[in-house]
Amino acid sequence: MGALLEIRNLRKDFAFGSLLSRLRITAVDDVSFHVMPAEIFALAGESGCGKTTTARLILGFEEPTAGSILHGANRKGRRRKREKVWFTQGVQAIFQNPFETFNPLRRVECYFFETVHNYGLSSGRKGAETLIDETLKAVGLSFREVSGRYPSEFSGGQLQRVSIARALLTKPSLLLADEPVSMVDASLRMSIVNLFKRLRDEFDVSVIYITHDLATAYYVCDRIAVMFRGNVVEMGGVESVLMSPRHPYTKLLRASIPEADPSKRWKARISLTDIEHEEYLRRGCRFAGRCPEVMDVCRETVPPDVDVDGVQVKCFLYDEATMRTKGREVAADVG
Amino acid sequence: MTGAGGGLVLRTEELKTFYVLDAFGTEKIVKAVNGVDLEIRENEVYGIAGESGCGKTTLLKALYSAIEPPLRRIGGKVFYVRDGEEIDVYSLGKEEKRRLRWEYVSYVPQGSMSVLNPVKRLKDSYGDFLESHVAGKTRRGTLAIAREHLHQLGLPPKVLSAYPHQLSGGMRQRVTIALAALLGPRIMIGDEPTTALDVIVQRGVIQLLKSVQETLKNTIVLVTHDMGVHANVADRIGIMYAGVMIEEAAVERVFEKPLHPYTQYLIDSLPKFGDKSLKQSAPGSPPSLAELPGGCPFHPRCPHAMDVCVQKMPDIVTIGEDHKVACWLVEGDRDGRAA
Repeated sequence: MGALLEIRNLRKDFAFGSLLSRLRITAVDDVSFHVMPAEIFALAGESGCGKTTTARLILGFEEPTAGSILHGANRKGRRRKREKVWFTQGVQAIFQNPFETFNPLRRVECYFFETVHNYGLSSGRKGAETLIDETLKAVGLSFREVSGRYPSEFSGGQLQRVSIARALLTKPSLLLADEPVSMVDASLRMSIVNLFKRLRDEFDVSVIYITHDLATAYYVCDRIAVMFRGNVVEMGGVESVLMSPRHPYTKLLRASIPEADPSKRWKARISLTDIEHEEYLRRGCRFAGRCPEVMDVCRETVPPDVDVDGVQVKCFLYDEATMRTKGREVAADVG
Repeated sequence: MTGAGGGLVLRTEELKTFYVLDAFGTEKIVKAVNGVDLEIRENEVYGIAGESGCGKTTLLKALYSAIEPPLRRIGGKVFYVRDGEEIDVYSLGKEEKRRLRWEYVSYVPQGSMSVLNPVKRLKDSYGDFLESHVAGKTRRGTLAIAREHLHQLGLPPKVLSAYPHQLSGGMRQRVTIALAALLGPRIMIGDEPTTALDVIVQRGVIQLLKSVQETLKNTIVLVTHDMGVHANVADRIGIMYAGVMIEEAAVERVFEKPLHPYTQYLIDSLPKFGDKSLKQSAPGSPPSLAELPGGCPFHPRCPHAMDVCVQKMPDIVTIGEDHKVACWLVEGDRDGRAA
């Protein structure tokens, strides 16, 4: 079975400042990954790591500086208007804050009818209502509960489910969810996350789950890519990446999550950076400034993607050639 | 860290603060804090957990005696214990309250960007603080104190000459905490101090908060919805739901043996590494504080709801050592997890 969506060497530069003092920041740098059918793929990282920019590039809100996004049969990656409609029919988005997704002055049902109309999903109101009712049932709501109501009449969790139902109308093969639970109350968070699991198992929908919350990512996802300052630093099965992280950044990130267990309190202390831009502008590995295992080569050259037991790690520590030379140097020092 | 014998430092009695809104001639009452009894001890981190809109922030405002219309104190009292003497905060005059603030009780708010004055350098903010509270110091003297204080907390003193926007979010939040700790207050109240931060930065901020507490040996009242943060720093936790405290216990006990059905849902639904079993959220959604259901506010969502739950709010009762629960189930069966 081929990949549903394939991202190849995606790159996006943003330029800041005036004509004279221009500062270029590469928000997404040489990112490649693919999403298989019926799979939940997590794109995880801290704010400013480029995960949302990647999502915006996939959705076509931004034009990539270089690289390609290949979806299904569309192997050329060019986007004409008709292709765009076809593309968004297969790839739908869910955003972070459901109260910002919907216009507070419009009834929620308008969005459903609009989607039906835009994609020509049904002719006539009766058919449209049945279709809408079906998708709302899939998320545990019904058309009767939703019709005639404004966004403010729903709770955050409900409205996020409404937002997911709207995305499901076009019967997409891929949902792109950008921090879908960060605005939802803790007691309702799992109901949204479980919904993604159900959609995957029952309707074969794939989900790109963009999040900073590694605990829910572990719970719901099949594979994960950890991003740092525009690079994917580690990618692989969620079990091996999060339970035995290899990249020093993933290790730090994993250890910094406050676990809901009073017996697992932090013992070690960490230091923080004060300036973010600096890391974007680094020549070699962008984590070199904070890495506990930094070597000279890390500051100069971008590390290669190394395959370690099926996990892709962007780090010199796992690059045999580098470690061999290093071993020789150490041996020479000792000698 | 907390001795059970530690004296009290903050106490509330049947505290009730409501938002009284007048919308189109009809009065709307939002019962944000609906009868809360708290006993917070010296030298402890007391965590308050609950979802958004359960009244946590309003409770903090009441503790800090920063009540402004439309918020009103309907009843109850807040006491600070200073040198073994109880002070009824709401009986104090404006000037006395002002003097207690920052010296006795200080406040770390959530959005650090909107706390520090954006058009002033940090040294001016620090100067304002010290000048109004430390008598007889010149500008240079106060600056020296500020620099020394930052140095002790492991923050670079050069931030004093920066504007807030020049600092990263984590640094800004740490500077805010440093500012709150400047006068060595006995109580520090933190309202979601780490919520908008990245996990690694959050860890750094919590680290600072902890070390401040360990140095000053004071009390931190920490509000956050993140149970992971509570597990990491709190000594005791109070769980709030719809304006009332429904459970209070030592942190280990809350995570190991929660008694209230809501707390059970809250703890059981937390995703954990190495555990992929299905987690369930509590059914339904939290009630609006303007239209609270009668009886126990959790009864519409509670799988164990009985007739009595609909009619009457259960009192908070002590079960075992330091464990309080407000649930009819628990009153019937005084030991063990609720059915």
